[in-house]
Amino acid sequence: MTAGNVFFLVCGVLALLGAVWTIAAKSAIRSAVGLLFTIAGIAGLFLKLNAQFLAAIQLIVYAGAVVVLFVFVVMLLGSDASSVSTGPVRARAARSVAAAALGLLGLGALVLVAGADVTPARFGPVGPEHGSVEAVGAQIFTRALVPFELATALLIVAAIGAIAVARARHTVKQPKRDPNPTRRLFHGPIHPRDAGRPLPKEPLVTEALPKKALPKEGVL
Amino acid sequence: MNLIGNVVEHYVFLSATIFALGALGFLVRRNVLVQLMSIELMLNAVNLALVAYNRQHTGDMNGQMFAFFVIAVAAAEAAVGLAIVLAFYRLRATVFSDEADQLRN
Repeated sequence: MTAGNVFFLVCGVLALLGAVWTIAAKSAIRSAVGLLFTIAGIAGLFLKLNAQFLAAIQLIVYAGAVVVLFVFVVMLLGSDASSVSTGPVRARAARSVAAAALGLLGLGALVLVAGADVTPARFGPVGPEHGSVEAVGAQIFTRALVPFELATALLIVAAIGAIAVARARHTVKQPKRDPNPTRRLFHGPIHPRDAGRPLPKEPLVTEALPKKALPKEGVL
Repeated sequence: MNLIGNVVEHYVFLSATIFALGALGFLVRRNVLVQLMSIELMLNAVNLALVAYNRQHTGDMNGQMFAFFVIAVAAAEAAVGLAIVLAFYRLRATVFSDEADQLRN
């Protein structure tokens, strides 16, 4: 067993355990740490695959930016970020059964493929330019120039969109429910009595007004 | 014994396993943050497969180029996704994806 074999095994186990930890940890911050381990392991595998440029990019972008962003959000949300949902027992049982079924399906597919009689072909020799910044950069700036420019547009749009979405002050305007059913139905009082105001006393009005100004009885 | 880590199959098995774990986490967990991390796991697994196949076919750098773009898109997705998580938390004070039912009725 050479150093390369050991390196592959260590990185692969690191990536696998990190992935399991990511999805199994109760606390979100531990999930983020598991993701960090997976990313570091995959960066090591990139090195083993002669992709030095991508290994560096992986560490810079994922470990340096994405995981830190996750940790920021977890810190911002506080203890709510790590809350584990306690739904009804049936829902939890259904999710567990679905997880077990999916896992068994994946395992079965893996065993089926692993049992196939193929002679694995060893990687051929490779020059030092494979995976170097020059080689990948030349490819990106010649064959993939248009997608590269579109990626820059995507990144700036994503940055602006993230700022816009995260800064939006959502004030939920719940209209106050009116206790009066008539006003709720017609959006306003149709009669002072319905608005909840007591009617003015009739005799008081009749005394204040001159006799001839009074309307005939029964009109009101 | 010397084949360990020197054939493309090992990397593809590892990639498939990590992808399945990510899919499992996305489907089973209800914490939006963990679901986003599961998406990152899946994208990483795809990157690993791309780079492994590129190591087998050494004629060009197409696989690594694709992985580069996948990383760029994943970074944008993480930024926007986390911003949406923040807005959602501000609205409902929860991080559970099944609480997001404002469009239901």
